[in-house]
Amino acid sequence: MSLLDRNGVKAEIWSREAGATPRIVPFAELAEALSGNQPVGVEIANTVRLPELEPHFDRLALIAIIFPSFSDGRGFSIAKSLRNAGYRGTLRAVGPLIADQFAYALACGFDEVELPPDVASRQPVEIWLAAARAFRATYQTSHQTGGQSILEQRRAARGIQR
Amino acid sequence: MYRYDEFDEAFVRERVAQFAWQVKRRLDGSLTDDEFKPLRLKNGVYLQLHAYMLRIAIPYGTLSSRQLRQLALIGEKYDRGYGHFTTRQNLQFNWPKLRDIPEILGLLADVEMHAIQTSGNCIRNVTADQFAGVAADEIEDPRPVAELIRQWSTLHPEFDYLPRKFKIAVTGAPQDRAAIAAHDIGIGVVKNDAGAVGYRILVGGGLGRTPMIGKVVRDFLPKADLLAYLEAILRVYNLEGRRDNKYKARVKILVHEIGIDEFRARVEAEFAKLDGPTINADPEEVARIAAYFAPPAYEKLPPVSRAYEAMKAANPAFAAWAEINTFPHRQPGYAAVTISLKGIGEAPGDATSDQMCAVADLADQYSFSEIRVTHAQNLVLPNVKQADLFALWQKLGAAGIAEANVGLITDIISCPGLDYCALATARSIPIAQDLAKRFADLDQQRNIGPLNIKISGCINACGHHHVGHIGILGLEKRGAESYQITLGGDATENAAIGEIIGPGITAEEVPDAIERLVSVYLAERQAGETFIEAVRRLGLAPFKAAFTKEAADVAA
Repeated sequence: MSLLDRNGVKAEIWSREAGATPRIVPFAELAEALSGNQPVGVEIANTVRLPELEPHFDRLALIAIIFPSFSDGRGFSIAKSLRNAGYRGTLRAVGPLIADQFAYALACGFDEVELPPDVASRQPVEIWLAAARAFRATYQTSHQTGGQSILEQRRAARGIQR
Repeated sequence: MYRYDEFDEAFVRERVAQFAWQVKRRLDGSLTDDEFKPLRLKNGVYLQLHAYMLRIAIPYGTLSSRQLRQLALIGEKYDRGYGHFTTRQNLQFNWPKLRDIPEILGLLADVEMHAIQTSGNCIRNVTADQFAGVAADEIEDPRPVAELIRQWSTLHPEFDYLPRKFKIAVTGAPQDRAAIAAHDIGIGVVKNDAGAVGYRILVGGGLGRTPMIGKVVRDFLPKADLLAYLEAILRVYNLEGRRDNKYKARVKILVHEIGIDEFRARVEAEFAKLDGPTINADPEEVARIAAYFAPPAYEKLPPVSRAYEAMKAANPAFAAWAEINTFPHRQPGYAAVTISLKGIGEAPGDATSDQMCAVADLADQYSFSEIRVTHAQNLVLPNVKQADLFALWQKLGAAGIAEANVGLITDIISCPGLDYCALATARSIPIAQDLAKRFADLDQQRNIGPLNIKISGCINACGHHHVGHIGILGLEKRGAESYQITLGGDATENAAIGEIIGPGITAEEVPDAIERLVSVYLAERQAGETFIEAVRRLGLAPFKAAFTKEAADVAA
């Protein structure tokens, strides 16, 4: 396992090799890749900001955000900003995340996580799936993965419609 | 006070199970030590000099008698029979064993408590005015909004791996008893010209090695927008806060480097893009939380109890305690009582399990079963009838916690220092103990009047020395402890950072040096002028002269 989503291990369809299709290009090569007519994936450092990507949303099938370490949480805010701005393509977290962050990544708008081999071997996919289910409900209405926040469930229990 | 519903209850139980599982995965090697560290910190488990420390969250410093009894029991069973109340209104146990911690967290969950986010680079336990809901000068009770922030910030998916720790404090009164200007975000309840109640938001305050006073990022925020506005601030900080140097990673440094105007522009731009209703709590939820903080069933009493007045007239020691340790209550005939945990010669903020049980019993008997923790490391019984104060005082005396020194020179804030802490460069507690002994005489303390001494055992400033009227910072110089004295700090609505008044001195020299500073005040003060007011009027020069003279005397 090195790529997984909320359902478990996922087959990799993207490549970073030059000439491959579909291909994830480094941010520096984005302009060139956009000039073609293939689906484009781009990989960004967590210092790239929304305005540099927003004009190309409709051409970007995948945005991969690099986590240089699991303790650097900038990628969570970048993902959430992209979703808030209306990005509908695939969001991938790339780097040595830990299973306990899986629920956070999903709640911030990521679809999938790509792990380096050593992390993947220590933390098998079952742990990731279990970690994502550690809490039945969480408090943040703004950061959900389809379910209802605790605040929304309370409101539903009171019979109040939004 | 707030009570958990089924969702809060399930949540803390799941949190305990999650931590037990994380410990198991650390032990079987699927988590490395580096990976486990932030996970344990976010459950309050901190590695100290001699042992693990467990820091338990006391949200906005509010406790029930049942919760305090449970803390006493944990102290008895898993620690050495005492606990330490902190400057962030929390409780620390200094000697638990790592293997016992999941069990302790379970005992906390039994009484609707937890240790979530009491450490680590995340949004920490929210603090508030210890007299919330009872202070006569309050615009609005800050506890409901503090509880809302507690829930919103708990395991926030986006803000659990911030550049550095992030502290939020709330006050509902113009007189700031929560030190909001010394927090990453300070929230003050305000009324605008139209009479609407809202929030004034400060950002970028903090102590540590680069002390800063918080700056206004929004003068008036409508109450309903709070969570969205906090999200905007946190997003700007999470994206742009420095991560190259942990000592420059707090939001205060970002605010300082780009300027408050640029910071405000970025926050407002982000806030403008947000869809408020998908973030903010709905009015029914706000009302649901607020209902838990409705006033207790007060008796209708005359504003002044004649029995109380008679007892004061007959007993000067009681009268002194009542004058110093009670705070005016908004309900006629009641008082809020501060129980000093600063007994002369004791470690500031420490309470034994027996004392915790005694306070819990007294809260049941005299204060609607409620207790508060203050950021000055004392306890409060918020709702005591004046007529009960004498009996309460006698029982506090029997428990050894009737010291009449709240706000006076021996009511010292101190971090644990080198006696416990792995970061410390010098001892703090023994300095506090020596000073308390030097100024033990109550008549002398009352003559000196309000004076806050705050002591930190290292540059990280957990003892808030920067905002002490007199601050004491313990450093290590050439293998020996050296104490740097600052003057003129203030943690209130007149927030100020103290200034260094001379070269470092030894631990033995501290009591004389402080006494010399106090002598300058006593000689120079005008009628009714407090120590800090005199320092502001006189400036540092006369104090520096006295301090330097002493240093010269010692050298000679």
